Amino acid sequence: MKIIAVIPAYNEEKTLGGVLESLKKGGYHNLLVVNDGSRDGTQEVAERHGVIVLRHVMNRGLGGALGTGLQAAKELKVDIAVTFDADGQHAVEDIRKVLEPIQKGEADVVIGSRLMNPEGMPWFRQLFNYVGNFMTFALFGLWVSDSQSGLRGFSKKALGKIQIRTNHMEVSSEIIREIRVNELRLREVPIRAIYTDYSLSKGQSLFVGVKTLFKLIMHRLMN
Amino acid sequence: MEIQIVVTLFVLFAASRIILQYKNENVSKRALIFWLIIWGIVTGVAFWPNLVDRLARYFGVSRGIDVVVYFGLVALFYMIYRAYIKIEHLERDITKIVRSIALKDLDKKE
Repeated sequence: MKIIAVIPAYNEEKTLGGVLESLKKGGYHNLLVVNDGSRDGTQEVAERHGVIVLRHVMNRGLGGALGTGLQAAKELKVDIAVTFDADGQHAVEDIRKVLEPIQKGEADVVIGSRLMNPEGMPWFRQLFNYVGNFMTFALFGLWVSDSQSGLRGFSKKALGKIQIRTNHMEVSSEIIREIRVNELRLREVPIRAIYTDYSLSKGQSLFVGVKTLFKLIMHRLMN
Repeated sequence: MEIQIVVTLFVLFAASRIILQYKNENVSKRALIFWLIIWGIVTGVAFWPNLVDRLARYFGVSRGIDVVVYFGLVALFYMIYRAYIKIEHLERDITKIVRSIALKDLDKKE
């Protein structure tokens, strides 16, 4: 099975190298970095590691980067694409858990949920995530325990069907919507979240969260 | 009386702008007509305020000017909504362009 790891990266020169190294060490050599218009050395770091690098000429946001990565995975005709955050918050061992249900043919999309076992996640993060889940459910009608997770697996079928249109953080909920609309089989598996000051600073602040929420509502009205 | 003068001056200014924009082919004929009608209504209301009073009574609002404010607010919100949608579409179109540039040499990179 051809597996690719898609890593969206925006100004992640500090952590990207380590993330790519640990992925290689874990046996994942087919890596694709989407450099989302970074202004730091992200491009150079990625190129130095000899992975596929796709460069956005300008910053488009997480949704834009994920959309490009998944589109590329589709064009490369991979069997499974895994999205993996560049900030170092995911553990490489968890990829296996995300792959398994797809490899066994039991699921089309797998979400690595940080909240099935939320140990170590600060309480305010848990609360934010809960609000995110609730809004995703209210707007798109599918309950997941971690709608905002960055570690996900997509089967070939899912890659063919899921269409990403949004540009920013609301993409997480859009993916859930696409799962529902396309009647894909979803599975959640518990994963560990590695919270460092760095990865925390990279997540959604309350302000961004409120903006995302507004966008989601508008998104619902638009489509 | 002063309000009529101020409104007339402003309407003349605004109308001249939109006519200029039309002459420079920056706006469509539809937009030109739309704005001329809007500014015409504004002038009409300034000179014959009892017109809106009658409208107010029809809607069950006591003062004419209140009706103007209510409708103004609704129109503004609608325009903001339209502008938002337009910007969102533009953003998505930009992403499509950025994406196609990023994916251009994908086969060579593998």
